[in-house]
Order: sequence, then structure tokens, then C-alpha cells
Amino acid sequence: MTPALTAATARRVLAQLRHDPRTIALIVLLPCVLLGLIAWMFHGTPVLDQFGPILVALFPLIVMFLVTSVATLRERTSGTLERLMASPLGKGDFVGGYALAFGVVAVVQALVVTGFAVWVCGMDVHGSLGAVVLVAVLDAVLGCTLGLAASAVARTEFQAVQMMPLIVFPQLVVCGLLMPRDEMPTVLEWISRAFPLTYGVDAMQHLAAGSSLGDVAGDVAVIVAFLAGAVVVGGLTLRRRTP
Amino acid sequence: MGNEELATAVDVAGLTVRRGPHTVLDGLDLRIPAGRVVGLLGPSGAGKTTLLRAIVGVQQVHGGRVTVLGRPAGAPELRRRVGYVTQAPSIYTDLTVTENLRYFATVLRAPSDDVNRVLDQVDLGRYARTRAGDLSGGERSRVSLAAALLGAPELLVLDEPTVGLDPVLRRDLWDLFGRLRDDGTSLLVSSHVMDEASRCDRLLLMRDGALVADATEAELLARTGADDVEHAFLALVEEGVR
Repeated sequence: MTPALTAATARRVLAQLRHDPRTIALIVLLPCVLLGLIAWMFHGTPVLDQFGPILVALFPLIVMFLVTSVATLRERTSGTLERLMASPLGKGDFVGGYALAFGVVAVVQALVVTGFAVWVCGMDVHGSLGAVVLVAVLDAVLGCTLGLAASAVARTEFQAVQMMPLIVFPQLVVCGLLMPRDEMPTVLEWISRAFPLTYGVDAMQHLAAGSSLGDVAGDVAVIVAFLAGAVVVGGLTLRRRTP
Repeated sequence: MGNEELATAVDVAGLTVRRGPHTVLDGLDLRIPAGRVVGLLGPSGAGKTTLLRAIVGVQQVHGGRVTVLGRPAGAPELRRRVGYVTQAPSIYTDLTVTENLRYFATVLRAPSDDVNRVLDQVDLGRYARTRAGDLSGGERSRVSLAAALLGAPELLVLDEPTVGLDPVLRRDLWDLFGRLRDDGTSLLVSSHVMDEASRCDRLLLMRDGALVADATEAELLARTGADDVEHAFLALVEEGVR
């Protein structure tokens, strides 16, 4: 892995996005629209204050997962990945470049979505607002890196799109959003601990209830560990030689 | 001249590649001389792309040995010395021509003025700021070729670079291949169009994953008594069948 090549790859991915303003608009605006709908539906109740922060972490994760898995699959099918794998570019440069580029997008997305939730929808966060933004960014980057790892397994666009329900939906079911985790059957509670989304949701639940960044440091550390693990898996599943 | 004849760019020994239950290449042996334009001719499905991919080092192989510029194919130190053009243009259609080439130049650690040099070589200077997706298929494949010329590699492996181009452009590209050869580059160019044989210094004819002939065009015509390479190919295949 060479920092200059990782940075060049990140710049190239961002340049591609710059040429596609509609995708940028979708990435940033779509979570805002969804959040706005929920705020409207539960207007006058404490639902937004309670669940808003979770959604701020959840929607970007799903959006970024989809965008990244499709983007990297496009590299495979267009032959550009084969060209790069025949070049001096390291596998880590490729995965790192994508994670870096979409990380930048994730920061913008998290700031806009959190700002929209607080100032437009009137979401009231009892805990640290800065920590909400941090967890939202980390979850969005986590979505990218999971998308990178998933697209390595997918052979076709159809498979890539279905990696999202395969990898994200089970996490959604057991993450504690539908039912508090301590009320779940023990086995499911254990399974939920193996999924990264659980820690994002847990952190956001605590932040909504008034926790500070220090209180959720453990959750944040686990998310970062999953994020790094997904980058490594994404790099390992890339093959210079293909059948 | 004698020494040049002996220099080898690529040496393939017993190369076997399987895809699923199908054996694409079965113990293929061949040698590609350095400093020459070598044409790899054969019908679609002959295994040309698989052979080229094995030489570049992106093909999973199941047996045999491929040596490129004295090193095992795919060795890290070869990745800047071998330029590769895939059959479909492998460029980013959502970037401009210059953005594409600048990125690949960085990856190959080519000097920054190389982008303009290769744009001139493929005669696409006027499209430098055009989005690659707005170019025609032939123009895109020339951008793809330009990207492979970055950093002036010693060996160029080109998979059907002239497919779909109009005759004038095809002639210009073959002229370019000749100039690159004169500058000392080794070229391996695949084609399924037999009439491009006359532009090659040497020919490798492939069919069903096996080498049918390894000769110059003149030798091939003399040996088979055919008028052109297409008929020579037919004669050799029928000879093999009998």
C-alpha cells in the first residue's frame, strides 16, 4: 500500500462523483427526506427525539452500502479493475481509496442529515450532538466498507444489489431497534453482539437519552474495529488473478 | 541482428488453463521475440484473450510456466514494464479523457507530461477535456490504448485493439505499432481479422487453445501455397484434421 496511490484513487473516485451530481444529491437528500417523513408522521410525540439519532445512523449506512457495492462492481465488469490489478496499484490502495473517498462523502452526508434533523425537524438530542455526528459518520463509512467487502463476493449486478438485504436486514432485525436487546431470546441477543450495526444503534440510543461521547466510547471503538476489519476483508477478497 | 533475434520477450511452456470443466489452453508452448510486432491470430474462442491474460498475470493458471522479460508473469516488478489493453475499453466513462489518463499515469508513476505524449500518439488531443462516455466506441478504445502507453512499457499486450475502427484509423494504429517497435518496444497484438497479418513481423495462429502456426507471413504462405493468411489458416487446420 502506497499513500500516494491510495490518495490518487480516492481523488479519482471523488472526481467520478463530481461528474454525477444527481448521485450526490441522492446520497445527501434521500436520508433527509426519509427522516422528514418520520418527523411529520410522529409530529407532537417524543418518537423523533427517541429514534431520530438511530435513523441518522441507519439511513446513511444503507445508502452508502448500496453506492459502494455498485461502484466497485462496476469496476469489475468494466475491466478497469483488471487493468488496475495488472498495474502497480496495491489491493489496499484500491480498497483504501474507496473508503477514503466515500468517507469524505459520509462526513458531508452526516453533517447535512444531522443538521436537517435538528434544525428542520426539531429533533432534540439530550446527549452530545457532536457524538451523534461522529457515530453517523462512522456508520456511513462502515456501510462503505461492508459494501466493498460484499461486492467482492458478488459476481453480477443482481447479486450485488441483493447483498444489501442479505447483510443489512438481519442486522436491522436484531440491532435493538425493533425490540430492546435484553428482552430478546438469549441466542438472538448473542447474535446481535456479532453485528456492527448493534453498536451504532446502542450508541445512538444512549446519546438520545443523554449520554456523552465518553459514555459511548466502547461502542465507537467496536464500530471502528469492524470498519477496519471490513477494509481488510475487502482487500483480501480482491484477486489479482481471476478465472 | 543476430542477438536481437535471440532476445525473448515472452516464453510460455506447458501453459494449461481450465475454466469450469472446459480446458481453454492445454499445455501451450510458444516464444515471443523481443522488439517485434507479433500478431496473435485466430477465431473468437481460440483462447487468445486467455493467453494474453496469462502473460499479463491476471489469469488463474492450472499448469505450466509463463516468463515475461525474464521474470515470472505477474511479478510485481513487471507491472510497470508491461502495458495491457483489454478487449473492451477499460476506462472510466464518467471521467474526462485527461482525468482518466492522469489517474493511470499516477498509478504507473509515469512522468506528468506523459499524458499529452500518449494523447498525441493515439491522435486524441482534441478530446482531452471530453467525458470518455461521450466518445464513440473506437475513440474509447484509443483512450484505453493511450492508458497502456503511459510510462513507455517495454512490452505491450493488446487484445484486439483495432476492432470496430474505420480502415483509416486501423492503418494509423498499425503505423503507431510499427513506430513503437522501431523504438524498441515488443508488441503482442491479437486480432480475429486475418488481413491484419501483413502488418505483423511474425504470426502466431491459434485455434481451440492450441498453436496452429508460428511463422512469418511469407513463411506461412510459402509452406501452405495459399494466397493469403485466411486460406493458409484453413489449409493448416485441414492438414491437422487429416
